[in-house]
Amino acid sequence: MLKLFKKRRIRGGVHAEEHKASTSGQPIAVDFPLPKKLYIPLQQHVGKAAEPVVRVGDRVLKGQLLAHSQGMISAPVHASSSGMIVDINDYPAPHPSALPIRTVVLETDGEDKWLEQPLAGDPFQLDPEEISLLVGAAGIVGLGGAAFPSAVKLNLGRKNKIHTLLINGGECEPYLTCDDRLMQERAVEIIDGIRLMLHGMETGQAIVGIEDNKPAAYQAMQDASLPYPFIKVEQVPTRYPMGWDRQLIRYLTGNEVPAGGRSADVGVIMHNVGTAYSVHKAIRLNQPLINRVVTVAGGAVALPMNIEVPIGTLISELFAFCGVDQDATQRIVMGGPMMGDALPHSNLPIVKASSGILALTRKEIRSTAQQPCIRCAQCVSACPAGLLPLDMANRIRNNQLDAAVDIGLKDCISCGSCSYVCPSNIPLVHYFKYATGELVARQQAQHKSEQTKRLIDDRNARIARIKKQQEEEEEARLAAKAERERLKNEQGTLA
Amino acid sequence: MFILTAVVSLTTLGLILGLMLGIAAKYLKVESNPIVDELEALMPGSQCGQCGYPGCRPAAEALAAGEASPTLCPPGGSSLAEQLAKLLGVEIDLSDVKDPELLVARVSEDTCTGCTRCFKVCPTDAIVGAPKQIHAVVADACIGCKKCVAVCPTECLQMHPVEVTLRNWRWPKPSVSEEVATC
Repeated sequence: MLKLFKKRRIRGGVHAEEHKASTSGQPIAVDFPLPKKLYIPLQQHVGKAAEPVVRVGDRVLKGQLLAHSQGMISAPVHASSSGMIVDINDYPAPHPSALPIRTVVLETDGEDKWLEQPLAGDPFQLDPEEISLLVGAAGIVGLGGAAFPSAVKLNLGRKNKIHTLLINGGECEPYLTCDDRLMQERAVEIIDGIRLMLHGMETGQAIVGIEDNKPAAYQAMQDASLPYPFIKVEQVPTRYPMGWDRQLIRYLTGNEVPAGGRSADVGVIMHNVGTAYSVHKAIRLNQPLINRVVTVAGGAVALPMNIEVPIGTLISELFAFCGVDQDATQRIVMGGPMMGDALPHSNLPIVKASSGILALTRKEIRSTAQQPCIRCAQCVSACPAGLLPLDMANRIRNNQLDAAVDIGLKDCISCGSCSYVCPSNIPLVHYFKYATGELVARQQAQHKSEQTKRLIDDRNARIARIKKQQEEEEEARLAAKAERERLKNEQGTLA
Repeated sequence: MFILTAVVSLTTLGLILGLMLGIAAKYLKVESNPIVDELEALMPGSQCGQCGYPGCRPAAEALAAGEASPTLCPPGGSSLAEQLAKLLGVEIDLSDVKDPELLVARVSEDTCTGCTRCFKVCPTDAIVGAPKQIHAVVADACIGCKKCVAVCPTECLQMHPVEVTLRNWRWPKPSVSEEVATC
């Protein structure tokens, strides 16, 4: 009984207006016209950027490798269609700063011709390690938005004692319905992907968590998982941020991931439903991750929809297809409205992590008029990590970052619940993002100052060594000279 | 015979006095304030003198004696001020501390004559080159001390702000003035 009580606990969170109705009832559109040019960034994942293996002028087929991964945590990038590479250069990144990122520009030839590759036989006969190699080679990253290379997580599963694979079908962000539609329409494929992942991780069971505002998706997944008793599909309450891994883990398994720890510490690893679907496509059909379902929604969109587009499609082309009113668009957001990034313009490409593109009107975004904190503590009750957002923000405002870390800044997940409930419109989560970045900068500065000290010491040592050497040489020279003089004198006296 | 006596007595004297000095150095050692050492270790160590003290050690001594504020070091910025305050156990108001703008030196290839003067003065060996070859700055190792700018005969070395890339881009601090203006 106690266990049951503990298991059903949810901490914090908010119930935001969902805005999902406009897209959740329509099938995923697959008729997006192939763009003339695709802008495929070489870094669409956490870790090191991929290194191009093609050159300008090369002809490539759909699914062909464009850039291979670098180091332990990285992911390769593939051609989203067939055509010619016309440029490999710096282009604006889909990031709030729109700073340049190395990008391969692919001019499509309209044929959309696949690269022919032999299919591996029955994947369940393969070595589990082989599965993560295939997943890594297909460039699959976490499609929920974090874009962490999935193969690394599968390997982690084999190395640690993982008893449960959690599949995140929470999709707790307002507006987004791409996972919802994927589960409704492609549940069989997702379940197959989950089975493949279980095989790759050597894990026995999987639990799919779906928020209870998606009954159709729940039903479809339930039906598809019937033949496999080790895959459980469970409903979870609709409360943002239910899709946060720790929240879902706490709810579904009753275990709390320790602060500073990882989900693997409690024997659980979580993947997104979109990732499971990509794993199915990579292993069963030999198709790398070259397209994804994107939710296009928001008040300025005339035809909101979920649409499957090739990676590298410009957001502006997507907006044209969905009839976005440019004048009414006050803010463009990539991802969900709670955690997504505001983009400065729409000439930026769709990447692997783009779950949604929102064109929000003035009415939908909050006015920025801030007021002083009234210490109502609504942010404290909304924080899913159990932190004190108001105190942290105060300390950060006074530049006391270490003091903010002392009360748990590092456990903040930037979910935005505190900013959402704040009646004074204080940009709390902005403070935390600033502070986290600043801490990284300080760490780098610290590292650099250590390096500098080492460089200075090296230089001083070298100068001392050279000086000593010169002195020794000088001494030797003087000694040789004295010797010569002596010999000369001796000869002189002899003569 | 006289010589032998002199040599023996002086050697004995020298040995005894040396032994006494050695013992005195060990047992009567003047200990330096350990907090000063700790403070000095935190400081940049470039002896730039921007704080008004002749170097990092005197500045650390002044800090330990309570004559200077933890915010005294401009190159260290607020990060260092916070560390110093923590070590000294004092509360400080950091809202006025400006973090220094990071600069790196860059060689203009049109005007570099390959005179080698700059890389001889660079304290971190951040400039590479050879006589009559164009020199180059390794930006990661440059600490922005401007010593090379002073010795360059053709003014081809200039300080530039560090380029903002996706790797070092950070969220700006939310402005407080906005908040005050609306309340």
